[in-house]
Order: sequence, then C-alpha cells, then structure tokens
Amino acid sequence: MIISIASGKGGTGKTMVATSLALSLSQEKPVKLLDCDVEEPNAHILLKPSLDCNQAVSIPVPKVDEDKCNYCGRCAEVCAYNAIAVIAEQVLVFPELCHGCGACSYLCPEGAISEEGREVGVVQSGRAGNIEFVHGKLSIGEVAAPRIINEVQKQLDPEKLNIIDAPPGTSCPVVAAVKKSDFCLLVTEPTCFGLNDLALAVDVIKELGIPCGVVINRDGVGDDEVEKYCLKEAIPILMRIPLDIKIARLYSQGITLADGIPHWQEAFLDLFDKIERMIGNAGGREGGGQ
Amino acid sequence: MKEVTILSGKGGTGKTSVTASLASLAKNKVMVDCDVDAADLYLLLEPTSRQKQEFRSGEKAVISAEKCTGCGLCREVCRFEAISSEYKVDPVSCDGCRFCYNICPADAITMQQSLSGHWFSSETRYGPLVHARLGVAQENSGKLVALVRQEAKHIAEQRGLDFIISDGPPGTGCPVISSLSGVSLAVIVTEPTLSGIHDLKRVIGVCQHFAVPVIVCINKYDINSENSHQIEDYCRTQGIGIAARIPFDTLVTRALVKRIPVVEYSRNRVGREIEKLWQVVTGYLN
Repeated sequence: MIISIASGKGGTGKTMVATSLALSLSQEKPVKLLDCDVEEPNAHILLKPSLDCNQAVSIPVPKVDEDKCNYCGRCAEVCAYNAIAVIAEQVLVFPELCHGCGACSYLCPEGAISEEGREVGVVQSGRAGNIEFVHGKLSIGEVAAPRIINEVQKQLDPEKLNIIDAPPGTSCPVVAAVKKSDFCLLVTEPTCFGLNDLALAVDVIKELGIPCGVVINRDGVGDDEVEKYCLKEAIPILMRIPLDIKIARLYSQGITLADGIPHWQEAFLDLFDKIERMIGNAGGREGGGQ
Repeated sequence: MKEVTILSGKGGTGKTSVTASLASLAKNKVMVDCDVDAADLYLLLEPTSRQKQEFRSGEKAVISAEKCTGCGLCREVCRFEAISSEYKVDPVSCDGCRFCYNICPADAITMQQSLSGHWFSSETRYGPLVHARLGVAQENSGKLVALVRQEAKHIAEQRGLDFIISDGPPGTGCPVISSLSGVSLAVIVTEPTLSGIHDLKRVIGVCQHFAVPVIVCINKYDINSENSHQIEDYCRTQGIGIAARIPFDTLVTRALVKRIPVVEYSRNRVGREIEKLWQVVTGYLN
C-alpha cells in the first residue's frame, strides 16, 4: 500500500504528519518512509535514520567525438531543449539544459555522440528504528527534481506500507511523487492561503484519480472556510492538529509529534484505520500493490 | 529599477505574509508572484481589472492510431516510460523530447502544444501585480516564472517604477532558479526549526551559486532562541546580514484571516520588524 502526504502550500505540516504516521504504525507493521521532497528533504531531521547507502543519480548527457563529427547539425535539430548547438565547425553542449532523452546520440548519422553521466543528485537510504528510510536530494543549482523522485520511487516496496512525503506545489515534482499512491493525505491550515492551495492540490489529486482526505493543522486559529470547502467537495477531514506552541517547539527541535507527545500515536493509528477503510471502499487502485 | 525576491527554501515560513507587508510599505513598485504552482499573494492584495492570458508551453507527443503500425520503436527509445503497450502517450510522463516523433518510421507521431496555464496582470491598491496559475499537473513552471517576471519588468519600465517585489516559490529547484536570475537582492525568510535551518542553508547555496546577494529575516525567532542563534552564527560565517527578527504572534494569522498585510493590521512589534526589514532592503538597493 502507498500513502502519500501532500499539501499544495508549503509548511503546513506534511513532514510532521508523515513521520508521526510512520513511527506510530512501525510498532505494528513493516513501514517504509520515502521522502520525495528532493529540493528540501526534511524527514531525516525528525527520524534521524542511518543513511548508509548512497546512490548518485545522473542524467546521460552527450559527449561528441570531434574526430567523427562532420558538423551536419542533426543533433541540434532534434534536441527539444536547445542543449546542443552546432556553430560552423564547433559543437557546443549545454549539459544543464539536457534532459537526457538520448535522441542526439541515437540519431547522429556519424555515430559521433556517446553519453556520459552528469550527477544531479543522490538517493540515500537506511533505517530509523523499525522504519526503512529513503530520501532523494537534488544537488544545489540543479533543476531535475522529477528525475530524482523517480529514482526514490524505484525503492517502493510492495510488501510494506509505503509512506511518501511529497514536495509542496502542484506541478511535475508533485505528480511524480504521488502518482502511484493508493491514497493521498492533504495537510492544510485554516487560512485563505491554506484553502487556496488545498483546492489546487485537490484538483491535481482528482485528475490523477487518487482518493484523498484532509488533515487540518494549526486548527483553532484562522477561519472555517477549509471545512466548508471540504464539505462541499465531499472530502473527509480525517484529523485535526491544534495550534499549540508546544507542538511548534517540538518540531523546531526536530522531535516528531508521535515521540514528543506519545498519546498522539493513538490518533495516528486511528487516522490509518480511516484511510484503510477509504481505500477499501474505493476498491484499491491498479498497480498499487496490496 | 531593482528587483528583490523573497525566498525561504522551506515552505510556510512566512514569505507571502512578509511580501504583502513589503508591498504595503514600498512606493513605486510592481509586485510579481513567482510561486506559479500555488500563488497566494493576490489573496491579500485584492486585484481588480484583471487581464487573463494563456500560457502555452511544452509539447506532448500524440500517436495516430490509424498510421501506427505497432513496430514498437517509440516505446523502445522513450526514456520517460510515456508510451503504453497500446501506443497511447501518457501526457503526464511525456517530457516533450520529440525522440519518438523524430524516429517513427510510419510518421504516426505529431507534437502538440498544450495549454500549460494562465497568467494575470492586474491593478491593486498597492500597485500593479502579475501572477500566474500553472495548469493542473503541468510542467514548465520555470518558463512561466520567467514569463511573469518579464511582464513585471515590462510594467516597471513602462511606468517608471523603482522596484519589482517578487514573492518566490519554495524549494531550490527549477522555479526557484528561474526566479533568481539577475535579481538585485534575495531576502530569505526562515524560521528557527531544524528543518528551516537545513533548508535555509540549501537555498543560500543556490543564491551563492548564481551570485545573488542575500539578507535573512528570521520569522518566529522566539519559538527556539537556540536555533535562532545558530542561524545568526551560520549567516555570520557566510557574510550574510540578519535584517529582521520577527516574533511569534498569532496576530499574523489573524491578519491573514482578515486578508490584510500584517503591517496594516497592527503596528506592534511584528509590524516594526517588517518595517526594519524594508529599511534594510532599501538601504541595500540604493
């Protein structure tokens, strides 16, 4: 089973929910946590896993053999990303623009282009107590977040409960992170920003056909517009976490809710029961693993 | 004309609340929301006379079932696993690389441009605002960021405005890099949590990589003063100034509920710190 935690808006408490859910459930069943917020991965700060396995992620970029090249310009013509240019008798490669599709090397009539890996990030894995842990990290100055996310997702384990901590937003990295999920938990806060971004995230999740539910964090401050929205859209509110300076202070020290205030573990087990029932009602999804 | 961009690395540290307050304090400026995934600034600035434009970008492959012979070459070469065994292209996975289009022996593949989102140019009581909405599950957010920034610059030039105030996206990837090129100053709003510090260091790294000067504003600095000191120490080693220390106060959320920039809601210590931030920013830019 795969449960992803997403939000639209950043900083609503995705990582806090993902890590506490994983910790609470890891007493009962095999759990794997995959942090797919590869631009700013934070789950390791709360779970403090051993990260003993390191795997570089690279994009294959073209390498031109100038002895074979006759400067015909076919490579530049087929490249959709303007990552290779031929000017007079010179071939210029812009590796940071290359998406690694392989068209130039395949289509070069002279067989002058080979590929070499350019590192854009790393996938690290290890254990945090009973939890198997994986995260990806995009290198500074790089843009290829979805590529790293796809590598992290190769470590999804159909035998385990997989919990995915997704990045904020609604664009390609979010889709890459949540697309294989059986269920998506959307964490929001009761403000106009929280609501606006929740609605955007719901549009994405519905487009992908994934059942979803909402966690309202910092409940008690703000207004009731998020509740009205959920009612109107028939999205269940599965958990409420109050605005509490004590919770904020725990988080600031890198302590999860499940560890810092242990009675919350019950609430997270209860949350999981609700999710399981909703997945059961939705009949599961193809390829999600049971 | 100077452009200042508000970033954070970690989401939810208060970028947009700070940006809206700077918009209230600054004169002669245009605002631009570079968080095209989840633009929120407009919720506080209440734009009127909005102009909506289409953003078309990014091609997707489409396979003609009539012409396709099922040879399988496209599936073989596609590195994005975008073509199904029934020779249908999954538009979410398709990267628009054109490899399949270039090699299909039956000429069965066309590339079609997709509507990737919209962008808006509007007037607010604080001045002009440019923002965007990326389509559901679309890519090319970096290009849309470049487009809204270009439009804001155009407005600033036309009207002779001094500043572009840009609300940046979270993270360190494609849209952040696109929102940074050529800006005069990045203001990073952070919070004294271990995640906030971790993400602050990464986004400072991105700014340094692109040689953009940085100042830092610590939001909710009093929820963990030990971590706040750690941020101050780190910034000192990097030669980065701390421009403001905003205390934790629920009035920030109350202002948000009323949809008023916090400096207008109450001139208390939160407002005073943001005023100080703006003084440091203008001092830097002039």
